[in-house]
Amino acid sequence: MGAGHAHKLYRHGHSPVHGLPPHTKLAAVFAFVVVVVSTPREAMWAFGLYAALLGTVAYVARVPAGFLLRRLLIEVPFVAFAVLMPFVAEGERVDVLGMSLSVNGLWGAWNVLAKGTLGVAASVLLAATTELRELLLGLQRLRLPPLLVQIASFMIRYGDVITDEMRRMRIARESRGFEAKGVRHWGVLAKSAGALFIRSYERGERVHLAMVSRGYAGSMPVIDEVTASRAQWSYALALPCAALVVCLLGWAL
Amino acid sequence: MTDVTPSLDVAGLAFAYPDGHQALFGVDFSIARGERVALLGPNGAGKTTLVLHLNGILTGGTGTVKVAGLPVGRQHMAEIRRRVGIVFQDPDDQLFMPTVREDVAFGPAAAGLKGPELEQRVDRALERVGMADFKDRPPHHLSFGQRRRVAVATVLAMEPEILVLDEPSSNLDPASRRELADILRSLDVTVLMVTHDLPYALELCPRSLILSEGVIAADGPSGELLSDEELMRAHRLELPFGFDPRAVPAAPARP
Repeated sequence: MGAGHAHKLYRHGHSPVHGLPPHTKLAAVFAFVVVVVSTPREAMWAFGLYAALLGTVAYVARVPAGFLLRRLLIEVPFVAFAVLMPFVAEGERVDVLGMSLSVNGLWGAWNVLAKGTLGVAASVLLAATTELRELLLGLQRLRLPPLLVQIASFMIRYGDVITDEMRRMRIARESRGFEAKGVRHWGVLAKSAGALFIRSYERGERVHLAMVSRGYAGSMPVIDEVTASRAQWSYALALPCAALVVCLLGWAL
Repeated sequence: MTDVTPSLDVAGLAFAYPDGHQALFGVDFSIARGERVALLGPNGAGKTTLVLHLNGILTGGTGTVKVAGLPVGRQHMAEIRRRVGIVFQDPDDQLFMPTVREDVAFGPAAAGLKGPELEQRVDRALERVGMADFKDRPPHHLSFGQRRRVAVATVLAMEPEILVLDEPSSNLDPASRRELADILRSLDVTVLMVTHDLPYALELCPRSLILSEGVIAADGPSGELLSDEELMRAHRLELPFGFDPRAVPAAPARP
């Protein structure tokens, strides 16, 4: 399937995780994240176990650790926010390396960091093992409003077309000696953005015309029916179920 | 031949846009089943407006359009849109699904086809344009010529009565242009080809219509029309430099 042409988040492979129907994977990741978020932050060992669970999934999916870690970098801006918390939060304070930190803030930072990282890692794994196209089919299967799925699928299809149009407009500007340097040129850029919007809007109209010409009457026809067997469901849900056990232990202990 | 219902029959078609601009002033013509006809005309002659009338996207003017005997109207729009396959000028407008296969399947699936039957329809349409190997590719990773061919397949998959092509040779390099001509020649459907590319019209279509200022100004064998210098000049149609339509054998009519 379109090897070499897939999205850069996707990692081509034939592992058991790749083979699962997309909607089971989506449901599993969602349930996993919900379970992780509802774990008490004091149960640090539970988060270690969650990480181990994700590690197992990554191993089964044959996603290398380096790949996963590099993709996790997206989280950095949020980490920066978490690092600030011990400094600004109120309440009881402790001294660490000569700095006065808030205990509450430390827990808060840990909470954001641990849960955030696990959530991002789970999503990265999902994206690495599921093609964008399949994800959309999965969302459709999970009864997400069809309008949203259609919007997402058009974004995928036309993202490149519009970026290309934007690139051509930039080249046209620069060919005529324009270079954006400073506030005085924002007006020109804003006009380009406006022109791009109008062009995209008009393209939207033409696409709609083409769709109507081929019998579109308000809803997308179902071309690929994705189905999952009971075994596939239980395979996918093994992850959130294991996580749930950990979570319950976390509350009980 | 004469008592067979024509694929397309347009009678007295006139249309003005809501802003008052009148684009068509009574267009009459008829295309027999299996014919390949070129619709020629300068920019702004109303060609696109006419095309949009053929499958009922634009309505509300006077006159009638009949596709294989069925009048274009609100009652059987779905059937009309299945019978009239329009290939638009920009394949990026036409190919809106994430993969080639899904795009070709869109029309038949919208008409209610499913499963192996749908799959078969898609395969056959892609084979007819020589794009069967590109089934699972996203359209934006194809070359322009390939995209145009897939666009033709998306319409063929609906098994139309008449194929309407809007500027099929625009933006194609000479090789892609010839490949598309070979494909169009190999199809056994009625074709109406809207174009500025006069040599292409002569190559593919035995008969041509000239649409000028909202009316059909001429209707006859392509070779004859293109050789009539006065007629051509009167309707702002110009042959490429050095091209002599008299030196080219006429496009063969279908066996």
